[in-house]
Amino acid sequence: MQQELLLTVIIFILLFLKLGADNIDSKKLMTLVNVLLAINLAAGFFFNQSGSLFGDMFYTDHLLRLEKSILNLGVLIISLQSVNWLSKHQHAVEFYLLMLSTLLGMYFMISSHNILMFYVGLELASIPLAAMANFDLDKKRSSEAAMKYIMSSAFASGLLLFGISIMYGVTGTLSYEGLREVASDSPLFLFSFILLIAGFGFKISAVPFHLWTADVYEGSPIAVTSYMSVISKGSMIFVMASVLFHVFDKIFFTWYNLLAVLAVLSMIIGNLFALRQQNLKRFLAFSSISQVGFILIGMTSANPQGATSVIYFVLIYIFSNLAAFGVLSLVSTEKGKETIDEFKGFYKTNPALTWILAIALFSLAGIPPTAGFFGKFFLILAGASKNNYVLITIAALNMVISMYYYLRIIKAMFMDANDNPIEKVEISLSPKIAFVTCVAGIVITGLVSGVYDYIFSLVR
Amino acid sequence: MNLSILLILPLAFSLILLFVKGQKQVRSVALTAAVAQLGLSIVLLFKFLAERAKCNSAFLFESNYTWFKQLHINYHVGVDGISVSMILLTAFVVLAGILVSWNQEKLYKEFFFLLVFLSMGAYGFFISLDVFTMFFFLEVAVIPKFLLIGIWGSGKKEYSAMKLALMLMAGSALVFVGLTGLYYNAKGAVSFDLVQLSLHPFAPAVQKMFFPFAFIGFGIFTALFPFHTWVPDGHSSAPTAASMFLAGISMKLGGYGCLRVAAYLMPDAAHYYSTIIIVLASIAILYGAFATMMQTDLKYINAYSSVSHTAFVILGIAMMTKTSINGAVMQMISHGLMTALFFAVIGMIYERTHTRQVAQLGGLLKVMPFISSVFVIVGLCSLGLPGMSGFVAEMTVFMGSWERAGTFYHVATIIAAASIVVTAVYILRAVGSAIMGPMNNNDHLQLTDAAWNEKTAAVLLLVGILVMGLAPFWLNDLINPGTEVIMQKIGMIK
Repeated sequence: MQQELLLTVIIFILLFLKLGADNIDSKKLMTLVNVLLAINLAAGFFFNQSGSLFGDMFYTDHLLRLEKSILNLGVLIISLQSVNWLSKHQHAVEFYLLMLSTLLGMYFMISSHNILMFYVGLELASIPLAAMANFDLDKKRSSEAAMKYIMSSAFASGLLLFGISIMYGVTGTLSYEGLREVASDSPLFLFSFILLIAGFGFKISAVPFHLWTADVYEGSPIAVTSYMSVISKGSMIFVMASVLFHVFDKIFFTWYNLLAVLAVLSMIIGNLFALRQQNLKRFLAFSSISQVGFILIGMTSANPQGATSVIYFVLIYIFSNLAAFGVLSLVSTEKGKETIDEFKGFYKTNPALTWILAIALFSLAGIPPTAGFFGKFFLILAGASKNNYVLITIAALNMVISMYYYLRIIKAMFMDANDNPIEKVEISLSPKIAFVTCVAGIVITGLVSGVYDYIFSLVR
Repeated sequence: MNLSILLILPLAFSLILLFVKGQKQVRSVALTAAVAQLGLSIVLLFKFLAERAKCNSAFLFESNYTWFKQLHINYHVGVDGISVSMILLTAFVVLAGILVSWNQEKLYKEFFFLLVFLSMGAYGFFISLDVFTMFFFLEVAVIPKFLLIGIWGSGKKEYSAMKLALMLMAGSALVFVGLTGLYYNAKGAVSFDLVQLSLHPFAPAVQKMFFPFAFIGFGIFTALFPFHTWVPDGHSSAPTAASMFLAGISMKLGGYGCLRVAAYLMPDAAHYYSTIIIVLASIAILYGAFATMMQTDLKYINAYSSVSHTAFVILGIAMMTKTSINGAVMQMISHGLMTALFFAVIGMIYERTHTRQVAQLGGLLKVMPFISSVFVIVGLCSLGLPGMSGFVAEMTVFMGSWERAGTFYHVATIIAAASIVVTAVYILRAVGSAIMGPMNNNDHLQLTDAAWNEKTAAVLLLVGILVMGLAPFWLNDLINPGTEVIMQKIGMIK
């Protein structure tokens, strides 16, 4: 519970700051928030309690604590990267208030031990997100994105709630322990379970529940896009893994097939759409859909190896995707350029940023020695433990398709000629810290096996 | 001897390269790296020979560390004669490659960095005894190739680079599925360890299912017909040093993998599928040879002839007699040296004349005697003149293939042997019109002969070719125990 309390304290500090002073120097404010987040991250490693609270509504243990720390790390990186964008913005405090509130929601979601608690956390995590999507106040696309997000999110919540209520009607219980006892493959229970999966699918934007993703990602400010595609998705994947593995483990054979179908669809459709994108934000949106497909493959394993691989991959995904978004955010804020064609000849003017983006893309594509290689390898390896080699072959070949579009960007940056490439972009201190963290994470997380071993030792 | 030095050395040098400024400094660091690697691999050779005289375990200098404990992935390295010879080949080719690109001006730092990094991938692949690390290094080598071709190449470089990267990635994706299958089917000892997997008898049904994945996957790397299409484009668009590396070493990764992983771990399936593979290899040998006849660009000539020549490796493996497998390994070494030298010479000619079209060249022997003589020698080696490596290797493959009784195998051998005639046609024709004959272009009269760096590179590789051609028993002694181990495993099936 300490992590949640500490985060609440940070939120209140910001709230009082906002109430107390009319104009706050946003640079100073951001430094303060970053320091606080870093403290929260460090503190996460000292909170070692496990147990349940509030009549078994809330449960935490070492693994959940680690998952929250991973999310916290991601938020810290995003916050460091968006300094350039936020310092021009007049509502920096509100942005942080909203972002940290959603983070708090995700914490509760991860720690839930009761479906209702999960639902409450989910709502806290998604409603402020819609406000964040609207944060480019003078852009029409931004409000369009917010509108689309709130509509689809409300629809997904509706499905979830519908599923939850049927589930309650069938079983008479909502706590995870209780559900685990009575889970069966009776038709009504399965129906409610499928609604639940659909709700999950919306949040992680698995195909066929992905239609909102591209537009919302493209319209939102980049900081929010990266937050949605990494943190929000990551938290949902954590919850999904623990719920599927520990609550619905009795009906494994039902959700195995469900997940396998979702995974194949997500990989193929995400890849095919990503092939043709010009806007880098849209491109990353579709590529993140196909990444979710790979994660779902790891989830089909339903064993500790699979759970570890999923969490491990989310950590790597945070590093690699945020490095990519970070470069994009800098360039987009400073020069207003977001398409692949505009990135042609980028290497001539910005070698450092090019290498960072290249390493991030290599990691997303799963090329050694970056961590992405290990992440994907282990996910697919875990998926193969069920001896379904058709699924594994499809996944492996999808990695080849995804290579094409990641290399397309590499090609544009390194090889294509351009008469007036994007001018040199200055990197200020905070984004620099963020980039160093990401690149170090991409290199170390894979090659050093300690990270995987540590997660494995925590997985129940 | 600690084999990890072979990895640490290139890695350290490539990192140093990042912090060095100025073309002269960068290239001297790169040269130092290559010379150090060559020195190291020669030391390895002698230590290996000394150590092998004392004990007769299959792999020497083994070291085994746990990497990912829960997944049973180890960092396990060790060498036998085959890998030592491959490591030597790599060291020779890398040194020659750095020497011929001595005057690299465009983005020189990145160029040498990628070359040295690439050599690390090759060493890592050859010393791995754990198929996970093997796969890791196989993929490490893909992206530097993509960048080398795409940034410094010529012609339709982006297209070729993309084609090469995607086809090689598809190859490694197939390898990956094959390895995963082996991993989970090694009941009781779930592992990626090559030695442990080789002790495990896989059920024939399992082998038949996963052999095609592994064999085709590695086969793509070594231009297995019909997956050879990346070779001509990739080789001809690449800058000289990268072509040398691609044809000289990278294609050998595939051959080595086919032998060490596919055939060694799944002997039943290798027998089962051998007819199909032999048919494919024979097609590739003939098709490659005839396709070469139609080429007018020197690099395309060498690229297509590589398709034909590396098919001998596949043929040798698929024939599965002791001699033919020895021949396959020898052909890998021989082709590596020969084709690297060929590309180096073509690069030198191109740098001076700015054309690779045979028709536009002519009478080069008059203005650049050294380069032209090397061209002639390497051409003769390619068509299998006795006294050079090509003859030794191809002859061994033919002898080994003929040992396999049965009309089918004999016909395949005859077809393969007949391709030598075609080789003679295209090589002699290229030599005749490009090197000899009248000068077609009077501008070529002002051209200069090879500089010191080019001479060194050429002599280095020529020495390798001649030593192997005149004293084949040295190489044979080196690789023989290694192939014996593989044969024991394959032979048990009969």
